Amino acid sequence: MPASARPEPRGYSGLPRWLYIPAGLGVLFVLVPLVGMLTRVDWLHFVPLVTSDSSLAALRLSLETALASTAACLVLGVPMALVLARGPARGRRWLRALVLLPLVLPPVVGGLALLYTFGRLGLVGRLLDVAGVQLAFTTTAVVMAQTFVSLPFLVVSLEGALRTAGGRYEAVAATLGAGPTHVFWRVTLPLVVPGLASGLVLSFARSLGEFGATLTFAGSLGGVTRTLPLEVYLQREIDPDAAVALALVLVVVAAVVVGVAYGRRLAGAVAA
Amino acid sequence: MRIVLKQALASVGVALALALTACGGAPQAVNSGSASPSATSGGSVTVFAAASLTATFTELGHDFEAAHPGSKVNFSFGGSSDLVSQLQNGAPADVFASADQANMTKATNAGLAAGTPQVFATNVLEIAVPPSNPAGVRTFQDLTRSGVRLVVCAQQVPCGSAAQKAAKAAGLTLKPVSEEQSVTDVLGKVISGDADAGLVYVTDVKGARGKVSGVTFPESSSAVNSYPIVALKASKNAALAQAFVDFVRGAQGQKVLGDAGFGAP
Repeated sequence: MPASARPEPRGYSGLPRWLYIPAGLGVLFVLVPLVGMLTRVDWLHFVPLVTSDSSLAALRLSLETALASTAACLVLGVPMALVLARGPARGRRWLRALVLLPLVLPPVVGGLALLYTFGRLGLVGRLLDVAGVQLAFTTTAVVMAQTFVSLPFLVVSLEGALRTAGGRYEAVAATLGAGPTHVFWRVTLPLVVPGLASGLVLSFARSLGEFGATLTFAGSLGGVTRTLPLEVYLQREIDPDAAVALALVLVVVAAVVVGVAYGRRLAGAVAA
Repeated sequence: MRIVLKQALASVGVALALALTACGGAPQAVNSGSASPSATSGGSVTVFAAASLTATFTELGHDFEAAHPGSKVNFSFGGSSDLVSQLQNGAPADVFASADQANMTKATNAGLAAGTPQVFATNVLEIAVPPSNPAGVRTFQDLTRSGVRLVVCAQQVPCGSAAQKAAKAAGLTLKPVSEEQSVTDVLGKVISGDADAGLVYVTDVKGARGKVSGVTFPESSSAVNSYPIVALKASKNAALAQAFVDFVRGAQGQKVLGDAGFGAP
């Protein structure tokens, strides 16, 4: 480490110059493995590898389930974030810790929890089974696993946005006679659209990459529960070239999703 | 232009970070043991062995250490194909025991083996059902009945190709509700009660200690899985590595394997 470890004001960025060294190392740490993977791609056979029936089925299933679970995150996560940001203060800390649990749990543990809850002999699954509903091994189970792990991403993003926005406009709207539901739709939601959008993108990306919980809870069957990450993991057993090609597809899809969302958000920030 | 490139790089970075987090759970699922990379000073030997050998080889390791005072056996258990790819990428090991010939062939083709691999055990498939056997599975044919929720291994892994071979020999088409990554995943789905039946190895049913019941079927004889073992060229302790191979193939090794349900080579 250079001796100049004290902040040097430079222009108005005020960034200590030495910070660029660890920052650069961090960027390299993230980028170099990607390059490493690119060097293993069999470009000659890339197209046939990623357009095989099993690959396309997995890609299609991944996109569909990730969209469905993002929708589920929207429906469940927005109210959760609102309650956490604006609800009664008592017990909020505990509630938040609980909600964030899937963020730090290993996904395979989440999958086990889902299995022992919604599986045929599980706490809830037992009742569902009597009613003739079976969730394990269905596409619904994939969506549930993805929602379980990606819900905290939406809640965290949105709760942060709600806190930053504050409650002043809502208070004004209320004094002007707007009811709580009216305020929610016309004031609160429009204020946090950027935060909501980035939360949705993160949830979608996390759902797309979900592996452990899906494998444990939903199983793995082509076209039904075998999403792209599961296909990559399985192909690796016999055909590493196909696995690398599919992994690249996954990286590109994720990069496009995140790139588009952040690009739009930046543009939005400039316009605002 | 530069800004566009920077933005693109930034978003790729974010995406990769997400992908890494998402896949974090994967490797742990297969690597149940850990290899000691420490040099084989004194008398230590590192064995890469198929996951289905975890119980028997752990026991044999203790027996081997008792029979060779001063020696130490370290294990890394995992899916055979994972182990081969680790070996190809330079993982330090002295002995490799595979759950099938295909993965051993990969190792020999890569020039990793110090000699000719020898089969030390065999394993056949058995139908695992929950102890209450809710679907009343009694024969191999029963697996194709509608309403029987069958779970098998994917064809890409050894237990799946064995299941496929047995079904083909019996002239049956299996319609599983899930094709799992490993035989332990299949067993897990049967133990949890979500599957009515699963195709696993005889040794898995025995190892589950009553959590599942086994239904043997004659068609399994058409898909016998062989376990080959070999000392590795990269070994720094070739004599001890070969001693371990001989120990597994010797009387004591065969007894432990036989007790666990493995067949003789």
